[in-house]
Amino acid sequence: MNVIEVNKLTKYYGKSRGIVDVSFGVEEGEIFGFIGPNGAGKSTTIRLLLSLIHPTSGDARVFGKDIAKEGPTIREQIGYLPSEVFYYDDMKVIDLLKYSASFYPCDCEERTRELASLMELELNRRIRDLSYGNRKKVGIVQGLLHSPKLVLLDEPTAGLDPLMQRKFFDLIRDENKKGVTVFFSSHILSEVQRLCNRVGIIREGRMVEVSDIRTLQQNNTKKIRVNTRYGQPAFDLPGVTNVVTENGTTQLFFRGDINLILRYLTTLNVDDVSIEEPTLEEIFMHYYE
Amino acid sequence: MSTNIYRYEVRVRWKSVLIWTFALASLLFIFMALFPSFSAEAAAMNEMVANFPPALKSAFGISNLDLSSVLGYFSFCMVFCQLCFAIQASNYGFGLVSVEENEMTADFLLTKPVSRSNVLRSKILAALTSLLATDVLFWLMSYASIVLFREGKPYELKILLLLLGSVVVFQLFFFFVALAISQLVRRVRSVTPYSLGLAFGAYVLNAFAGIFGDVKLEYLTPFKHFDTAAIVLDGHYNLPLVLLEVGVIILALGFTWLRYARRDIPTSV
Repeated sequence: MNVIEVNKLTKYYGKSRGIVDVSFGVEEGEIFGFIGPNGAGKSTTIRLLLSLIHPTSGDARVFGKDIAKEGPTIREQIGYLPSEVFYYDDMKVIDLLKYSASFYPCDCEERTRELASLMELELNRRIRDLSYGNRKKVGIVQGLLHSPKLVLLDEPTAGLDPLMQRKFFDLIRDENKKGVTVFFSSHILSEVQRLCNRVGIIREGRMVEVSDIRTLQQNNTKKIRVNTRYGQPAFDLPGVTNVVTENGTTQLFFRGDINLILRYLTTLNVDDVSIEEPTLEEIFMHYYE
Repeated sequence: MSTNIYRYEVRVRWKSVLIWTFALASLLFIFMALFPSFSAEAAAMNEMVANFPPALKSAFGISNLDLSSVLGYFSFCMVFCQLCFAIQASNYGFGLVSVEENEMTADFLLTKPVSRSNVLRSKILAALTSLLATDVLFWLMSYASIVLFREGKPYELKILLLLLGSVVVFQLFFFFVALAISQLVRRVRSVTPYSLGLAFGAYVLNAFAGIFGDVKLEYLTPFKHFDTAAIVLDGHYNLPLVLLEVGVIILALGFTWLRYARRDIPTSV
């Protein structure tokens, strides 16, 4: 059964576009990555699923229930971590977590302590006095303390140091092993690659592709920059696109078996070469031309 | 109703309730403490007031006021208390749901398993509790100040109760109208300018209505609907105006109810 089933969901803010005709499904127990540049409509989609905003047209079901009709019941099983975390500043961390827990039928105290010690969160400090990263940790604990069956993460790693990021990913993986479905939105491709089984790519409000992460990796595009001393290499190979030469530096995108291009490069008299991951923007520009 | 939201909301406001009550009580006591000297010089006082320009008198609502009687004087003080009540109630109304959107905590509250109407209901009840707490304290203070400073002069209990009771509907008007306005704007960035605008706007409207006489602006403002001087003079409320006010309250509540359920919560950007 699909935990999330989105059907031609469209949202306009007045005249400006949020998302247009977005359809996809998230299966139970998977980690679904949702990637796209800023302003593509990632947050809009998540906020629609949470009924923070209401769709212009189309519909969506979570746990098989209509979001427009059964929002409160659905939200009982959802944990949400927004990209920017704001809480009642005057509260102590522990009071906020207790307030949060009071909305759910469970006895969440033990889980709260467990998560707080895992994320190294000090419970007796005032929210006002917390740094950005620490607020984020409050958000993480707050989003998971009621043991939700579906976790919605909206660019969750911003503001976390690398060590905390790793802990956070481990935590999400553990939750996932317990059967929790994770919907993970991000604009950082590597993050999504590390964690997700399937990804949806959204661009300018439209879902351009939903695919298995492996398929995406096989189609993986590399950005290659070559400095040559003499002449201009032709790069007449299948999979090579967007060749631009400037001041002896040739830049191109290559998609296919990496050995092919490596073999070709060895035939050249190369000064310098770099092979790197294209940025997400470049993938979008390149991938969907 | 969600008791946890209700409890949280009441707790958030209790400091503000205490401060407002303290302000109201100080205002009332300072004014009423002057009553003995006023009433001692009653004849001279009334004569002086009679010599004020009529425009000034009507602006302050003292055209037909007997400052030498206990309730005449008290009703004069109450206009200023009304102004405080108007600001407080507007504050609560404007801030009730907009404060969550302003400080981005709406994302926290509205992603919990509660419906919008439940959130609104709990918040409204909590704010009304705070307003009522202010009222009760204000009533006690009023009674105490009258007992303390009336100098043995008589007053009619029924009219005092009418004056004190009027405060409730008066508050509801400002609270619900402010709440409805907060639903019309995309974001209330700061509550104070809005609430001062609404409260003083309504006050000034009444003052001008007094000056221009013929222009019927006064039907718009609760300061006229519950004109304290008129209540003392007539011995009853102006029923059509009070009903008009109740009508506006119900409309504002209904509007908010429908609007908030469909409202898009703006993001931080």
